[in-house]
Amino acid sequence: MSVDIAVIDYGMGNLRSVSKAIEHVAPAANVVVTSDPAVIAEAGRVVFPGQGAAPDCMREIDARGLRQVIIDAAHSKPFLGICMGMQVLFEHSEEGDTACLGILPGTVQHFPHEAMVDAAGDKLKVPHMGWNNVHQAMPHPLWVGIEEGARFYFVHSYFVQPTTPDVIAGFSHYPFPFTCAVATGNIFAVQFHPEKSQNDGLTLLGNFVTWNPGASESACDMSGAACA
Amino acid sequence: MLAKRIIPCLDVTHGRVVKGVNFVELKDAGDPVEIARRYNEAGADELTFLDITASSDERDLILHIIEAVATEVFIPLTVGGGVREVGDVQRLLNAGADKVSINTSAVVNPQLVKDASDRYGSQCIVVAIDSKRVGDHWEVFTHGGRKATGLDAVEWAKKMESLGAGELLLTSMDRDGTKSGFDLELTRAISDAVDIPIIASGGVGNLQHLVDGVKEGRADAVLAASIFHFGEYGIDEAKKYMKQHGIEVRL
Repeated sequence: MSVDIAVIDYGMGNLRSVSKAIEHVAPAANVVVTSDPAVIAEAGRVVFPGQGAAPDCMREIDARGLRQVIIDAAHSKPFLGICMGMQVLFEHSEEGDTACLGILPGTVQHFPHEAMVDAAGDKLKVPHMGWNNVHQAMPHPLWVGIEEGARFYFVHSYFVQPTTPDVIAGFSHYPFPFTCAVATGNIFAVQFHPEKSQNDGLTLLGNFVTWNPGASESACDMSGAACA
Repeated sequence: MLAKRIIPCLDVTHGRVVKGVNFVELKDAGDPVEIARRYNEAGADELTFLDITASSDERDLILHIIEAVATEVFIPLTVGGGVREVGDVQRLLNAGADKVSINTSAVVNPQLVKDASDRYGSQCIVVAIDSKRVGDHWEVFTHGGRKATGLDAVEWAKKMESLGAGELLLTSMDRDGTKSGFDLELTRAISDAVDIPIIASGGVGNLQHLVDGVKEGRADAVLAASIFHFGEYGIDEAKKYMKQHGIEVRL
């Protein structure tokens, strides 16, 4: 049986909730959690999750010989990065001064301690943990059916800063605006956890499993106002 | 803007939820999966399961519960109770828990907090602190509040943050079960002392107590059991009340 969706397992955290959420929205799909480069290369779609620290993440990717197959997948098939799986797509992370995959131009930075104060003057905690509003910066097939400003579940201490603003698909405020979703070609990547974001998260995952990047314009035509 | 979270807590023993839950038309008041589903539908921001099973040979039951809940409830799940070693953390995460809460074992072996957060990331390590007022400060207690440790709760919170805890679950043993509200001084003292999120717990008797926990205690999340279980208040009702009082919530 061919693999419809490969969830990349590189030893960074719990992938069960990611695979269960995808199975929930795509009950007929063959979803495989795998660290086998051949399976990832053959899969129709790839989900690249991840938790933990950037240096460990990059080390584990290389220890499993996954670097090239991840880069190839990001250039060739529907590809969804989640949390750490978004951050390491960029060139460099401040976390442990780590060189990352460099698929997208930009860097990953820590929430600056001196900026973590809200409008009332109260301290904001790091990690940024909980449900925050996601503002959609571009129309995209993965946003279809999700309201502008819908809340998603976050847990992270670092955020991405793309060099090219045209890849920014979504942003949140904590307390300043930061990029929480990027999109280019067949890549969509999010800082929040769609697999833990209840109905809106499932909608996003459902959009991913039917997304046809090559036909994204016609998908927009069909969805009407959401892509206007 | 980041929302303050409401977290119902379910006590589980022998694979069953104890203290009962009083939802309308709930077929089985002790079934953790059905209760989790109902809280999810009601708008809970996360769920916490506390395994109070006394004997270690029945601990695997909680793993089956988490596996079942994680298959159909897609919000963060925290599990605590009986976590003694890194292997326990791993088993719970593999079963589908998103965070694991460490309490007594953090006092017995603080290195566990460091080892677990180094290995799985701070985001999934919650340290639970049970505390009582003793004289002019608060002291950490373990074993369900029976055993004094001599540790100052504020200093202990800072130490747990430095060892890699991603969040603190703070319970006032003086207030737990009293329905007289959180110990707001304690909550605020610890929230001000650390940079990581604080979940306030112990003493909630009405919705104003939740508001006070956030506004006065500066908690990032509020945890409650009985006011939700017995149907006195719904999660949506609690959130609307908090919003009316100027607190950002997920509705």
